[in-house]
Amino acid sequence: MLLSPQAARTSRGRDVDVVVCGGGNAALCAAIAARRAGASVVLLEGAPEHMRGGNTRHTRDIRFAHDAPNAAATGAYSEEELYADLLRVTGGETNETLARLTISESKSLVEWMTEQGVRWQKPLTGTLHLSRTNGFFLGGGKQMVNTYYDTALRLGVRVEYDALVRELEMDGGTVAGVVYDRAGSEARIAARSVVVAAGGFEADVAWLAEYWGEAAAQFMIRGTPYNTGIALKAMYGAGARRIGDPRGLHCVAVDARAPRFDGGIVTRIDAIPFGIAVNAAGVRFYDEGEDLWPKRYAIWGKLIAEQPQQSAFAIFDAKVTGRFIPSAYRPVQADSIEGLAAQLGLDAAVLVRTVAEFNAAVPYGGSVRLGELDGCRTEGLAPPKSHWAQRIDTPPYFAYPLRPGVTFTYLGVAVDTQARVAAADGRPFENLFAAGECMAGNILSRGYLAGFGLTIGSVFGRIAGITAAQHART
Amino acid sequence: MLELDLTTELDRQLSVCNACRYCEAFCAVFGAAQLRTAIGDGDVAYLANLCHDCRMCYDACMFTPPHEFAINIPEAMAAARVETYERYGRPAYLARMVRSPGSVALATVFAGVALVAAAIASSSSAAALWTPQSGPGAFYRILPYAAMIVPALALAAFGAVCVAFGARHYARDISGDNTAFVTASSLGTALHEALALTYLKGGGAGCYDEHRKSGSRRFFHGLVFWGFLADLAATTSAAFEQEFLHLLPPYPLWSVPVVLGTGGGIALAVGVAGLVAVKRRSDDRPTEPRMIALDYAFLGMLETVALTGLALLAFRSTSAMGALLAIHLGAVAALFITAPYGKAVHFVYRFIALVKNAHEQRNIAG
Ligand SMILES: Cc1cc2nc3c(=O)[nH]c(=O)nc-3n(C[C@H](O)[C@H](O)[C@H](O)COP(=O)(O)OP(=O)(O)OC[C@H]3O[C@@H](n4cnc5c(N)ncnc54)[C@H](O)[C@@H]3O)c2cc1C
Ligand code: SF4
Repeated sequence: MLLSPQAARTSRGRDVDVVVCGGGNAALCAAIAARRAGASVVLLEGAPEHMRGGNTRHTRDIRFAHDAPNAAATGAYSEEELYADLLRVTGGETNETLARLTISESKSLVEWMTEQGVRWQKPLTGTLHLSRTNGFFLGGGKQMVNTYYDTALRLGVRVEYDALVRELEMDGGTVAGVVYDRAGSEARIAARSVVVAAGGFEADVAWLAEYWGEAAAQFMIRGTPYNTGIALKAMYGAGARRIGDPRGLHCVAVDARAPRFDGGIVTRIDAIPFGIAVNAAGVRFYDEGEDLWPKRYAIWGKLIAEQPQQSAFAIFDAKVTGRFIPSAYRPVQADSIEGLAAQLGLDAAVLVRTVAEFNAAVPYGGSVRLGELDGCRTEGLAPPKSHWAQRIDTPPYFAYPLRPGVTFTYLGVAVDTQARVAAADGRPFENLFAAGECMAGNILSRGYLAGFGLTIGSVFGRIAGITAAQHART
Repeated sequence: MLELDLTTELDRQLSVCNACRYCEAFCAVFGAAQLRTAIGDGDVAYLANLCHDCRMCYDACMFTPPHEFAINIPEAMAAARVETYERYGRPAYLARMVRSPGSVALATVFAGVALVAAAIASSSSAAALWTPQSGPGAFYRILPYAAMIVPALALAAFGAVCVAFGARHYARDISGDNTAFVTASSLGTALHEALALTYLKGGGAGCYDEHRKSGSRRFFHGLVFWGFLADLAATTSAAFEQEFLHLLPPYPLWSVPVVLGTGGGIALAVGVAGLVAVKRRSDDRPTEPRMIALDYAFLGMLETVALTGLALLAFRSTSAMGALLAIHLGAVAALFITAPYGKAVHFVYRFIALVKNAHEQRNIAG
């Protein structure tokens, strides 16, 4: 039998069994799992209702191990293979116990998510390269978030929006409750267990500036403006142990015309390997043909962040239009390189020289094969373009103005296999749990593995919810 | 409210969708949009009618207002469909009816009823409107067969010709360079998708009303459609019994026309009521005021026809029969007159769009 929150209050002297701070994937998985385990649950989402769901709103797919094809994926993907992929992207820097736990628990995710009402999309053209390893939920992340909210509400989770958690109230080594904003004024709620699943701190530009200096002011934040890391700070305030490089960011090239926050997936620019990238001075600064997607995709954010004014331009010609995923904005277009420079506000003479030098370094007749490392490289050019080097000589010419776009931060708190947050001395708090982006750094310390952020959040959300409920009800 | 220039607006919105593609599994619109790097007028007319208005992409979109991208595909599509109905309505001066569906519905129903009542009064007597009749040919003692059938056929023929002209023009406008999209295979696929209402399934989730997704819209739409067909079949079978078997109406309860008519009438009445109920609880943001007005006007007329038809059956041997017959026939006439200039034509354009889509998708696959 599920108790109503009111019943729980009278029987236990606390307002509620479990408070979940946050309202994205990890928080929803925790709230649903805790409620299904019999606890009374309050979920505090810092965003207003129409913005609920954090960065999870922008997600597309989730990675999981599976021994056979299922509703969401086309072929087998073993635990060992997933673990090997993880080691590859992190360079081996992962907490093996937590990583292996995540991977083995990921096997039951499709079934669990389906039970909560999530639907799956049949693998389609746009998803092919991931269709064996990742499941694509029907309609994307916001649809999944909406489904989770519907399910949570139906199960009797109490949801408060505009409820930004500011502080954890500690009672010795345990959490007694949380202090949060409620419609502009301060409120508190006493709880037997607290789960923090409030994302990273990427939306707090001042905090980013502590590690990135003035450059941070030019960063675009691809996700929700509500992930300001206040709850993360509250955990540090309570004595939680830090993990992860504070300067660690997942950061890609996005269109400079994008909204400052929340531009999501549609502002990323995938055109760089198809032409050249120049900075605000009109000169090239890095090998555009270094490596294939997704590696090439994830390095460009930081490269641009290191350029003057954190600004760059992807330049290509009519030969390659339509070869890459379009972005929400049309490229700037001109019939000559001078014309392009004028529209971009670049020095025309410099840009013309950059393009001419690049073209002169491309051996005659090189025909490129996009989609593989084709070895079509420049000769005698610094920096080189190692693959797909072909001349930019067919008008009209195009350009995308670029900026760094921050996806998420890696800084977080240390947790154990029960999702309990570790204190500075390494011992776990008995009733403080963390899930999602704010602890993903334990496992994904750096690099990127498409769809694995949600895996970590779902697995640890579920564990946190169940353990938090068990703790509260014993 | 939307900008007036829908082509520019849809071009803007769909370029965001083409970079996103999260909604591609809901319906055919997003796949079709991906084939087009820029959206022109013909594309708008095509995509807007390919859209079945399940609204799932509104619920799923992280860029709906107040986001600065202001994406609201179902709203823009609804607005564009309203424009289609007016642009391809023939003759053009009658197509202006699309602009005020509510008053048009009221006016035509009243006019229709008044005309039928006048016809009854002049062909028999005013008293026929409230005198009980029974036995074979009871209806025709009130209104002679010819006075019933000739105007009905004329109206139906006129409507069909008007719709055919509009449809032809529409098919040309959306075809671009490819005018030969009507093939046996594309017709077959489209027919299947139309009858199964495939694109009201929302990729499996149903339609978005408000805070929940359900199959109710598709279910009630099916009731209306099959109910309407059953009623048409009832009328046809009645004509058959009369012409070839020389049996005059009213027919006995267990005759083909009455069973089909009753079943169809009930399905229609329940289906329309269900659609109205769904509409009333729906979130209005992913649609458009002009479309809402068209929907209610059409549903209102359908319900009038369905309920008066059923009432006619129930009270056919009472003194109410004459008046009910007048109201029923008047409403049927109004429905036929307005059909080419309102929501009723949606299936024509939608079907043509489905045929084109089937052809287009086959071409990429093959
Ligand atoms: C554009 C984009 C695309 C992505 N695509 C994918 C993908 O396809 N697959 C994948 O695995 N990962 C993807 N990611 C990464 C992804 O966001 C994470 O893996 C995942 O969504 C993190 O979930 P979470 O619940 O930890 O955080 P979030 O979903 O960000 O949720 C954090 C929640 O906490 C709330 N919150 C913040 N502070 C407070 C506070 N103080 N009090 C109360 N509430 C607070 C926020 O409002 C929000 O609801 C993507 C990220 C971006 C930006
Ligand atoms: S409606 Fe929104 S979520 Fe759907 S494809 Fe378009 S931009 Fe993406």
